[in-house]
Amino acid sequence: MGENRKIWRTFRKNKIAVAGLVLTLIIGLIALLAPMISPYSPVKQDVLNQYDTPGGKHFFGTDNYGRDILSRIIWASRISLLVGFFSVLFGMVVGSIAGVVAGYVGGWGEGVLMRIVDIGLSFPTLVLGLVIMAVLGSGLDKLVIAIGVAMAPRFARIAHGPTLSIREESYIEAAKAIGASPVRILGRHVVPNILGEIIVMATLWVATAIRIEANLSFIGLGVSPPTPSWGNMVRAGVNHLIMAPWLSLLPGAAILITVLSFNMIGDGVRDITDPKLQS
Amino acid sequence: MVAIPTLLVVLSLVFLLVRVAPGDPATAVLGQQASREAIENLRTKMGLDKSLWQQYVEYLSGLLRGDLGKSLISRKPIGGQVAYALPFTLELTITGVLLGSILGVPLGILTAVHRNTIVDYLGRILSLAGLSIPAFYLGILLMLLFSIQLNLLPTVGGGQQRNVLDLLYHLVLPGLTLGLIMTAYVTRMTRSSILNILRQDYVSTARSKGLKERAVIYRHVLKNAMVPILSVLGVYSIVLIGSSVMTEIVFSRPGLGKLMVMAMKQRDYLALQSLLTIYAALVLVINLMTDLSYGIIDPRVRYD
Repeated sequence: MGENRKIWRTFRKNKIAVAGLVLTLIIGLIALLAPMISPYSPVKQDVLNQYDTPGGKHFFGTDNYGRDILSRIIWASRISLLVGFFSVLFGMVVGSIAGVVAGYVGGWGEGVLMRIVDIGLSFPTLVLGLVIMAVLGSGLDKLVIAIGVAMAPRFARIAHGPTLSIREESYIEAAKAIGASPVRILGRHVVPNILGEIIVMATLWVATAIRIEANLSFIGLGVSPPTPSWGNMVRAGVNHLIMAPWLSLLPGAAILITVLSFNMIGDGVRDITDPKLQS
Repeated sequence: MVAIPTLLVVLSLVFLLVRVAPGDPATAVLGQQASREAIENLRTKMGLDKSLWQQYVEYLSGLLRGDLGKSLISRKPIGGQVAYALPFTLELTITGVLLGSILGVPLGILTAVHRNTIVDYLGRILSLAGLSIPAFYLGILLMLLFSIQLNLLPTVGGGQQRNVLDLLYHLVLPGLTLGLIMTAYVTRMTRSSILNILRQDYVSTARSKGLKERAVIYRHVLKNAMVPILSVLGVYSIVLIGSSVMTEIVFSRPGLGKLMVMAMKQRDYLALQSLLTIYAALVLVINLMTDLSYGIIDPRVRYD
């Protein structure tokens, strides 16, 4: 427990990180309570109230179909958070397993796998996500897979290095000698040793995952309308930028605030992992 | 020369990835209603009836001859399209990297030297915002301000190809978009690598021998901070390529990113394959340049 308390104290000292945590919790609550707090239906059209300016009955205005922007933004927070969380989880599991197994097994399999990882690392995550999305087609599940796979090489890299050194430890030798299976050795001795680093990495990547989701939806490769996502809302608004700039501005601000909140948390997490840089 | 096997693996992966994509390109071109013969005919024309190996060999040998193949949709050589688009993308990314370095390095030094003051907090929040904002949103914000409100700059397009002034005029907003994002990355990195070096023993030595703080920063800290900053500049140039795709889409710049997204939407797999090849080459060149530049900045790292 002492260790945890120390980590928390380090985190708490970083005011930016604490502010980020508070903001993230608020956004999480908004997503959770969407059915209760959203004033209108996110998809119901209202031809009599097209392009309502913000303020008044529709606090964030309405779009070209008369749909309430605030309600759409509230509901879309679910998409962003779900994709952000699950894609990182997916990438973490796939990438870590690949890295650990490659590191433990060694040989040419390791060579090939890590070469592919290197290539994955050398491409921008966004471009990777784009390509995989193009291959898979659109949809929420595919978004999670595409972004997850695009991130997997980063986790593989993190998991691979420590596994190499752990492999040579004498306690692994001992475990082998008493006849422990490779799966047991990996599960009991290797994974617990690298889990901390991988989880830290995962928290840092949630922000990126959310941003990539927004990008893909903006291009039109993500969640398809009429289901609102912040990215596809900004995209829909671009055509009305002169007449109704709020259609793009407000959902875009939601993306910015959410990604920023996660990045602010990441700032504090970095302090914990690299005590030398503590503010 | 690790670059060549790497390139070969990339090419093979791209080739395979494009081939496993669902949906038949010929059907995509002709539509669901097209007759069976028409689709078969087009498949033959596209070379899709050949075996995977044959297609692979043709793809690689084509590349060796500098032939990127023909677009499945427009039937025009992709090489020509790339030759037209590449300068627009290069102009944009180079502007972004330059602007990011010119603004980011001094800002990073400033925040590191004035650590935990209001300057530092402001700089840190702004740079966090810069790496949080999607390029398309920043582009829209700048467009709203400079094009729609102030009516100073064009919203879309890349400018006429032979008119330098027009090209520059169309480069300002997209360049600024990428530049500001790059500034955020560079500021953060510069700050942390300078903080790291300020803790080194030789910095305390320099201070204790009575050297002025300014001299310490310039002579001892900055020089040693250059290596990590430079390496990160390479990494972020690659991140910037991702953002450049989005910037090109928002500003309708006729660059590689726009071509790539168009190819994806039209299921033009051959074009996509060629464009990814170009991206891969670009990434490898940046990596190589970053590696080589270490040797120039830091004599301890020399590549033979």
